[in-house]
Amino acid sequence: MSFKHKHLLGLENLSTEDIDTVLRTATPFKTLFTRSIKKVPTLRGKTVAQLFYEPSTRTRTSFELAAARLSADSLSLSVDSSSVKKGESLIDTALNLEAMKVDFMVVRHPVSGAPELLSKSVQAHVINAGDGNHEHPTQGLLDLFTIQEKKNKIQDLNVAIIGDILHSRVARSNIWGLTKMGANVRLCGPATLIPKEMRTAFGKSVQVTYDMKEALDGADVAYVLRLQLERQQEHLFPSLREYHEFYGLDMRKLAWAKKDCVVMHPGPMNRGVEIASPVADGPQSLILDQVTNGIAVRMAVMYLLAGGKA
Amino acid sequence: MSSKPLLIRGGHLVDPRNQRDEVVDVFLSDGKVKEIGKALHPGTGVEVYDATGKIVTPGLIDMHVHLREPGQEEKETIATGTAAAAMGGFTAVACMPNTEPALDNVSQIQFVLMKARSEGHVRVYPVGAITKAQEGKELTEIGAMFRAGCVALSDDGHPVSNSNLFRRALEYAHTFGIPVIDHCEDADLFKGGVMNEGELSSRLGLKGIPRQAEYIVVARNIALCELTQAHIHLTHLSTRESIALVREAKKRGLPITADTCPHYFTLTEDAVSGYNTLAKMNPPLRMESDRLAIIEGLLDGTLDTIASDHAPHTFAQKSREFSVAPFGIIGLETTVGLLFTEMIQKNGMSITAAIRSLTEAPAKALNLPGGHLSVGALADVTVIDPKLRWDVKDFVSKSRNSPFVGRSLTGKATLTIVDGHVVMRDGHLIKNSQVN
Repeated sequence: MSFKHKHLLGLENLSTEDIDTVLRTATPFKTLFTRSIKKVPTLRGKTVAQLFYEPSTRTRTSFELAAARLSADSLSLSVDSSSVKKGESLIDTALNLEAMKVDFMVVRHPVSGAPELLSKSVQAHVINAGDGNHEHPTQGLLDLFTIQEKKNKIQDLNVAIIGDILHSRVARSNIWGLTKMGANVRLCGPATLIPKEMRTAFGKSVQVTYDMKEALDGADVAYVLRLQLERQQEHLFPSLREYHEFYGLDMRKLAWAKKDCVVMHPGPMNRGVEIASPVADGPQSLILDQVTNGIAVRMAVMYLLAGGKA
Repeated sequence: MSSKPLLIRGGHLVDPRNQRDEVVDVFLSDGKVKEIGKALHPGTGVEVYDATGKIVTPGLIDMHVHLREPGQEEKETIATGTAAAAMGGFTAVACMPNTEPALDNVSQIQFVLMKARSEGHVRVYPVGAITKAQEGKELTEIGAMFRAGCVALSDDGHPVSNSNLFRRALEYAHTFGIPVIDHCEDADLFKGGVMNEGELSSRLGLKGIPRQAEYIVVARNIALCELTQAHIHLTHLSTRESIALVREAKKRGLPITADTCPHYFTLTEDAVSGYNTLAKMNPPLRMESDRLAIIEGLLDGTLDTIASDHAPHTFAQKSREFSVAPFGIIGLETTVGLLFTEMIQKNGMSITAAIRSLTEAPAKALNLPGGHLSVGALADVTVIDPKLRWDVKDFVSKSRNSPFVGRSLTGKATLTIVDGHVVMRDGHLIKNSQVN
């Protein structure tokens, strides 16, 4: 089965079959990691340019390793996000990279839609590595992979996504991915952080609750989002202490979920704010598995975009 | 330069103010309407324009355009913006004061009028700022600007938040009989928003502008109109709630007038999908129910006028990321086509009502001399071919930021006459030495 997409801009425009293809393709790549030589020649001679308009450690390192393990060459460009406002054109930067004949452009950008804008003006494959509040598709895919690996399925699982839904690209990609794969998605957080349209915006219905007990009742997965601490200044919640009290995932609240409920977080964590350390480091946590799986999933994505067969 | 006599023969005259709706000849001479009647024979040496099958109307007026001069001449100038007006069938435009610097004093008003006289293709009526530098703090010298030729006041683009200051502006402007035009927007609710707030903004991860940001201020303005009894004009309304509020206020006899733009009766927020910056404007495109309410508001007269909110931006600026790209689209060259295609052909608006929204209504709202073709009136005339099918492609505006590029429209101005001078004929501009 082949993967028909030229770019990976979001999970919104992937079908269930597409997602399934990525997850299946990632499995053999993951087995590679246990070997002493963790490299295949699949993308030898290809060049991956990472264009990061926002700081990132995890995603960027993960893409770099994924490229290296596929034998592709990679280069990395950090662009000061303030230059976005100064009028430097994203398209001009990309056209320069294009002139250097790169094959992939991995883009992280603070503005929603920037990778899509880029994809319209370049020949290279564009991979969205997170755009504004829009999507972070490889994160969504690696989360799905991690859930499937642990639970052997995604269909019919109850997944609670907790926290700042409003500003979260991770939440959006996960909502698309999880609903397409047949999971039941519940969003939980204070009403200021959950746009009321979320219930219906994704086609399939998504539950919204402001009560953690309700969100976690019968949950198979508790997915905790990072809280950007400066949101307090925007009147979205009164204090970190109050946030943690109501929505921080601690052992007491986790007990409301199923016994085998797994805990996930896209990182980096604010320990003691959205997640308590005993939960983050506890036996139910898959947070480090997510990191490992990220490399395999990103390898699968690059392989498939380059025309590889699933 | 005095104009040559011109006979417009055999056209269908639609002059809403004079309740004329008939095939008749119109004879223009010395910058005035000289005679109107069947089969006129004005004598030799008179140029004749055959308007058979076409609609002859008072010169169209666009009461809300941004000419960008002074300060942003890379987007538009008084010369190019008025050329776009002439091409689109407009004989007069009212230009908004959010230039750089703002039109907030007598010399700025004089500058615009002087430029318009020397370089303009159509009449230009400057709108002065309500507050100095449009900062919402101190009133401008409204009386002095009025005397210099400013026809209305507005802080369009930077609406006045302070309700007390706005009240005083309404009262003070009333002294001179000029209206205050308000872009209704609650600055705090609006803050940082880039498109309509709703499901689509949630999916796209773009900060939404709630509809309430508009109609909260519409409600405030109606209350202040009630308090002051001064004429207020609410511009580019975009939500169904705003229309309902204005309808109710008019029923109570308040001196309120209102307009909307062609994009609000043609498009919905769906046009933003794919992060299309050409569909980014403020107020933002809304929902289908809003679009329908706006059509209803035009049909029942709640909305008096149609204005383009012509807002030129360079290609480079509109090629940016959605959140960074500026708000606004051009409209002078597409208004007539959209009005005929969308309102008359698809929604059954009468030609008389449609023409009223671009002639009598804006002239009345701004107390302008044009907007009708009585004998002795200004020889400002537009001829429209209602059956002409054309594709939106090229513009004479300096900018081309239009979401309508590639669209087929039916209905186009074929002749624009200002002060008796032909300034556009069959898609060609004709430059005269002096217009106003």
